[in-house]
Amino acid sequence: MLARRIIPCLDVRAGKVTKGVRFLENVDVGDPVAMARHYYEQGADEIVFYDITASNERRGIMVEVVRAVAREIFIPLTVGGGLRTVADMRAVLLAGADKVSIDSGAVRDPQLITQGAREFGSQCVVLSMQVKQAAAGAHLPAGYEVVIDGGRTFTGRDALAWAREGEARGAGELCVNSIDRDGTAEGYELRLTRLISEAVAIPVIASGGAGEPRHLLEAFTEGAADAALVASMLHYGQHTVAGLKRFLAERGVPVRELAWPGAARQPGAPK
Amino acid sequence: MGPNERGPLGAAGAGDYHALWGLASMIAIIDYGAGNLASVARALEYLGRRCEITDRPGKISAAARLVLPGVGAAGATMRNLKARGLVEVLRREVLERGKPLLGICIGIQVLLERSEEDDAQCLGFVEGRALRFGATGALGRRLKVPQFGWNRVRQERSHPLFEGVPDQAYFYYANSYYPEPARAEVVIATSEYGRRFCAVLARDNLVATQFHLEKSGPLGLRMLDNFCRL
Repeated sequence: MLARRIIPCLDVRAGKVTKGVRFLENVDVGDPVAMARHYYEQGADEIVFYDITASNERRGIMVEVVRAVAREIFIPLTVGGGLRTVADMRAVLLAGADKVSIDSGAVRDPQLITQGAREFGSQCVVLSMQVKQAAAGAHLPAGYEVVIDGGRTFTGRDALAWAREGEARGAGELCVNSIDRDGTAEGYELRLTRLISEAVAIPVIASGGAGEPRHLLEAFTEGAADAALVASMLHYGQHTVAGLKRFLAERGVPVRELAWPGAARQPGAPK
Repeated sequence: MGPNERGPLGAAGAGDYHALWGLASMIAIIDYGAGNLASVARALEYLGRRCEITDRPGKISAAARLVLPGVGAAGATMRNLKARGLVEVLRREVLERGKPLLGICIGIQVLLERSEEDDAQCLGFVEGRALRFGATGALGRRLKVPQFGWNRVRQERSHPLFEGVPDQAYFYYANSYYPEPARAEVVIATSEYGRRFCAVLARDNLVATQFHLEKSGPLGLRMLDNFCRL
């Protein structure tokens, strides 16, 4: 059985992480390379960088960040935020990202998913969807609507239908972010996560609302998620990746315990 | 390499010890136009190993070790290897000259005779086939295919590749197909995904992993380093 993944997400603006790890004295809290290394050494299963740089002319900085991180971090690295074309995707993949996370760009032009999957393989393409609860109706049978531009623009698309379309177009994973829960620390939107996870055959990453260890436990059980995105609860130092994994392991959730190379028991040798 | 050159050592001048040493220990990452080549190069560089991504037969002949990495489809991989004339080069270097080769992900599958993917005829260095995961696993539970994520690797036989690597540790996978070698003795580690499958195979100078050891954290790096010492 696959381990349930814990994925720290770092927002980066013009090459600097916008939320810092307060408790760390020896880490430049704005430095994405140092923060990624910190989480890597804690046992993060993957790292996501989300580029929130507003101006286009400074976007090239993100490529440099990815290049520097990829030289030191040997777990999957995902980059998202503002990717609108196959060329945008190629630039971050060539710099060392393993996956790209596409979002508003894919809603505006669904071909972006198809082309990205064809060009780079499905394993490279994560479809990230921002979702808001809405009154269920003919156009929104699931009662969840896809929004873009950080929740400011409503698209009229049903979240479940969009998840299925994303899978059919070749997305390798879905990141389901609840705008209603984002930043609340009240827990993931479990009904939404389960609804989508059961409707597709690709991994689903729960996102938005994690504030306590039990929220991750709920995401992996009630929410049927394969992975959980975590931000503030790690960045502000209340919790560590290792601590979250211990909590989950004690409750029967398979997680990858951090292991460093050392003396190994040879198979067949007495235990 | 031209007919008058005598291999890597002949090309370097006196006192150029580091260049000499470097060439003799160079690891060639076989470039067949697929993705993910650079991540193996970065991992090797992090380990202080010299490597070069190349499709030039001369460089591949001069290298001490070879890595066949990558993501992609079996059919396209074989087409690209053939188009670049690399099938014969690999056969000579690996089978005849006994050069250590590490295959990763699609690189393990194309070592076999055939793959169900594209019904591709593969290199045939190892007897067996690559098969697709079924959509249902044990007890009829629905299985997500591809397998994306960290899975446990059970060491079935001792091998220098596992030096310092704990048994049952997690490694990172992204695959829809898995290798099924015909001979059980070449299967040195397995994982479970709906069924138990070959995670690592080894025979003589050939080793290969279905998981991405270049993306599997400190333990993956250790296995990569172990390969450099084989």
